Amino acid sequence: MDNFDVIVVGGGLAGLSAAYCLAKAGIGLLVVERGDYSGAKNVTGGRLYLNPIRNLLPDIWEQAPLERFVTKECIVMMGESSSMAIELSSGKFGQKPYHSYTIMRAKFDQWLADKVMEAGGMVITKNRVDDLIMDGSKVRGIIAGEDKIPANVVLAADGVMSLVAEKAGLRQRQKPMDYAVAIKEVIELSPQTIEQRFNLEPGAGTARMYAGAITDGMFGGGFLYTNLNSISLGLVVRIKDLMEKQPPIEVPQLFENFKQRPEIKGLIAGGETIEYSAHVIPEAGMDGIGRLYGDGILVAGDAAGLALNTGITVRGMEFAIASGVMAARAIITATGKKDFSSQSLAEYEKLLKESFVLKDMETFKKAPHFLDNPRLMGRYPQFVCDALENLMFIGEQPKKRLVGTAITEVRKKLKFTQMLKDGYNAFRSM
Amino acid sequence: MELNIKAKLAKDTIKADSERHIKVNPEKCKSCKERVCLYICPAHVYTLDKENQVVLELDGCLECGTCRIACAELDWHYPRGGFGIQYKCG
Repeated sequence: MDNFDVIVVGGGLAGLSAAYCLAKAGIGLLVVERGDYSGAKNVTGGRLYLNPIRNLLPDIWEQAPLERFVTKECIVMMGESSSMAIELSSGKFGQKPYHSYTIMRAKFDQWLADKVMEAGGMVITKNRVDDLIMDGSKVRGIIAGEDKIPANVVLAADGVMSLVAEKAGLRQRQKPMDYAVAIKEVIELSPQTIEQRFNLEPGAGTARMYAGAITDGMFGGGFLYTNLNSISLGLVVRIKDLMEKQPPIEVPQLFENFKQRPEIKGLIAGGETIEYSAHVIPEAGMDGIGRLYGDGILVAGDAAGLALNTGITVRGMEFAIASGVMAARAIITATGKKDFSSQSLAEYEKLLKESFVLKDMETFKKAPHFLDNPRLMGRYPQFVCDALENLMFIGEQPKKRLVGTAITEVRKKLKFTQMLKDGYNAFRSM
Repeated sequence: MELNIKAKLAKDTIKADSERHIKVNPEKCKSCKERVCLYICPAHVYTLDKENQVVLELDGCLECGTCRIACAELDWHYPRGGFGIQYKCG
């Protein structure tokens, strides 16, 4: 095989975004993807927020295979047999340029791989990177099957499990506390049905998050996104919580229970499941970020642990794209200096710190600690539903004063000091 | 409530690899009490045989990595290039 300036391991969002920028800069690169095509192994919930990355990959968004622009945001607190939804229908979100879109990765990543090749980059599929060519602690290339391919720099963009970053000694095996497993079904429905059912303008979409009884006190929640002609319905649960759950319960069973809830059933009625998927998500925020670079190697996207769950928004794909672009910029600078040492590639971390990627992760660094609270996934949503049920229910007896009813509910179900503490932590994490 | 993982997996395109990409450590596996693999896997790859030993049906593996995070004793790899799950939606 030829010598390449850069080898990108993984043809997902981080790898392809880097490759696109490197190809545009005339740097010789090879993307190695193990799937039959880019996107074959990739899964999102999911939705992409465009504003942070629009200018990082200029001029390509007009043709991008995006699904629906999200104009309705819904958070649903789930009790055992009741739920309370807060829905934002935003005129602002319905104005161009739209700030977020649902996407499907198999389509989107293939399209981005085509863009890389149009720009002169090389993408090979059906190849698994097995190991790195090492010279002490310096990375000198990759080993894929029989092939040893040297390169000035390797970009590990091989996703959340990042065996490449692990082999390079930049990160350790993942801990159950820091990761959640997500499972998802894609359920096919006609665009007209979706728009009628969710009261959407043509082309517009909705994003819904569900928290509470559906995860049985475990860290996690459900999600629903509308695509052009399908619904993505899924459930996320932290791996540690699943391991410790007594009696044990399976995520697929939790998901099935969620799917059968009356809040969901009607929304997916008549739809056919066309795909079942599972994926792991980094949940540790700032604390989960591994070392971002070493001699001859950079790590980007999920591989680096760049993902952020604030409880209100769940983001990963913009971080992958942006970190890919920053990695490319650092590599371009290093190529100019002909210096691919750790010191030279440290430029990458500097660029990430100057960008929204590490700034947002720093701002919300307390979010994982705040979210690590079983009351948020159990008692509070249940309380809200119960309290509203009691306020709104008219029985045979004369109704008591509403304020009195509310106070009795709080006294009965919650600890006031605990609530104050949780409220304070929520405030700090936001 | 109906839970048929096999029917769900039948919707997916999974190209079976003759090389087994995940191996358990037989000794450690035998003495393991928790056996979280049996319920943590979204694709029910891990089941028990008649002798109460863990067996793997890797043809249904979605390559998510949950088992690798939950069990430190697994010899875990992705399937070879061109094999395994090929998502159409993602």
